[in-house]
Amino acid sequence: MDFSFTEEQAEIFAAVREVCEEELKPQADELDRRGEYPWDNIKLLAELDLFGIPIPLEYGGLGLGLIEWAVVGELLSAACTTTGAVYGAHMLAQYPIMAFGTDEQKAKYLRPLAAGEKIGAFGLTEPNAGSDAGNVQTRAQLQGDDYILNGSKVFITNGGDAEIYVIIANVAPEKGSRGLTAFIVEKGTEGFSFGKDEEKMAYAALSNRELIFQDARVPKDNLLGRERRGFRVAMETLSVGRIGMAIGAVGLAQAAYDAAIAYAPTREQFGQPISEFQAIQFMLADMATSIEAARWLTYSAAWRKDQELEYEKEAAMAKVFASEMCVDVCNKAVQIHGGYGYTRDYAVERYYREAKLFDIVEGTSEIQRLVIANRLLKEAQRS
Amino acid sequence: MHIVVCIKQVPDTAEVRIDPETNTLIREGVPSIINPFDENAIEAALQLQEEHGGKVTVITMGPPQAEEALRQALAMGCDEAILISDRACAGSDTLATSYILSQAIEKIGDYDLIICGKQAFDGDTGQVGPGIAEHLGVPQATYALDVEVEGGKMQVKRLLAGRFETVAMRLPALITADKHMNVPRHAGLRGVMQARKKEITTWSAADIGVEPEQCGLAGSPTTVVEIFPPQRSHTGERLEGEAREVARQLFAKLRENKVV
Repeated sequence: MDFSFTEEQAEIFAAVREVCEEELKPQADELDRRGEYPWDNIKLLAELDLFGIPIPLEYGGLGLGLIEWAVVGELLSAACTTTGAVYGAHMLAQYPIMAFGTDEQKAKYLRPLAAGEKIGAFGLTEPNAGSDAGNVQTRAQLQGDDYILNGSKVFITNGGDAEIYVIIANVAPEKGSRGLTAFIVEKGTEGFSFGKDEEKMAYAALSNRELIFQDARVPKDNLLGRERRGFRVAMETLSVGRIGMAIGAVGLAQAAYDAAIAYAPTREQFGQPISEFQAIQFMLADMATSIEAARWLTYSAAWRKDQELEYEKEAAMAKVFASEMCVDVCNKAVQIHGGYGYTRDYAVERYYREAKLFDIVEGTSEIQRLVIANRLLKEAQRS
Repeated sequence: MHIVVCIKQVPDTAEVRIDPETNTLIREGVPSIINPFDENAIEAALQLQEEHGGKVTVITMGPPQAEEALRQALAMGCDEAILISDRACAGSDTLATSYILSQAIEKIGDYDLIICGKQAFDGDTGQVGPGIAEHLGVPQATYALDVEVEGGKMQVKRLLAGRFETVAMRLPALITADKHMNVPRHAGLRGVMQARKKEITTWSAADIGVEPEQCGLAGSPTTVVEIFPPQRSHTGERLEGEAREVARQLFAKLRENKVV
């Protein structure tokens, strides 16, 4: 067993950390206030080759693993959670194409995604199909050489700004999840348009838009994987996505903790820095401990995926533990800042708003527990 | 064209503190970086290479750990790196340093252009670049903002006190890069990964054939006697009150002091 990074990993992370601190972190508050999609940051990530991390060399990527992808995601999220979210959602298009795409699809779509020339997005959620993914109503019907898509998706991260979408639709709604089928849909496809961009508690700069399909014509060549195998595509993509969400939560919690431990010694009450009070010290100790626990739980899920071991249960464990940890740590960070922590003069106010997202997206905490329990019970039966 | 970039590894001054007892820099535990102006020099070289093709060689003189700085330059996109590392070179002042670097560049041979940062962040002399040009007997232009190379000639726009100057020189030549010349690129991960695989050449004093009495302390007519932080004679003045009124007062003071 070895808990250290290789020399190459350490150099990669040092390079990313430097840019995060110099370029991303200083403008994260301003980005949130302005509420414009962070194209400049995306350009920077592209220059650094970050979008190419998990993509094989032959498709223009760096050929690295999920561990490298996750640690970079953690650094991005700690510096600018919105930028981390763009990076995470981009993977939700990259991963299914990598895992299920044909050579032609990989050559056509992975290259621009790896270079960050085009941004990706993943469309599963619908007004009535969130946790209940099998209830997808977006319809796909084969007509000649094209599938005709009708329906809509909601809350889609990078929606409208992304160029390449992986969409889960249903070719046989009466069969529920067994009719689900995945497609690659390009922005600009006739009949594919964008609706409402959600106004959220946080992430004003992140697009979460409605995708509308009205007789959208998708070439048969863009079928991703096989017909009626879309549920598997969706579930595998979500598992990778859960590692992304878990590590995003770890990064955000780290930023909140860093702010709190920097602030506590500078704030004096009753004639001494508040960091001298045990009530504050215990909070800091609990924050650091739970961040560390979530971090290693998440790294181990990513490591399992890289080793081609079962990882769905571990990804769900990491996701639910890290997101609930993040909400708690950000809450404590605000508490340590007292009244100032409730103002927009301190970043912890934003962190607190941002943290709640992690409990909900890519499977709520409740869904994660269901996934974990299902797995546990099956394993218990088997043994 | 073949461009040689001279860089120096310096302590990250953002992290440097001064020992209040001894009044000297606390260097322990301070991370080392490429001298920021040298990053402008690297960027200028890479841009010229993108435009004209050729090769960029980066060179530094320093202790073995200066290899980190070279590795970083390779990650940014430089093709080759040379480290001059020898105890005989330790303690060199700007005269000895520029002599040693010029001898190394002679050994490299087929260069068209040498680029240095305008000065080092720690020493702040700005003498090594011009010194190299003098030792090699090539034309030089310091504080470069912009360069245009055509055929065997180049035009350099220089930033001087309150004015610009454009000079024409023939190659080979040396320029020193101003901070405003460009925005240095970040090393991408592809660059970082490739740089790890590249060989860094190490030369000793004997390898480049320098005269021992012109190197190190023996070859350095100058010594730094003391480094100390400047005395703060003014404590600044705080204007308080309603914003409009404070702005008016501030403007009056700027006028009074002939700032505006």
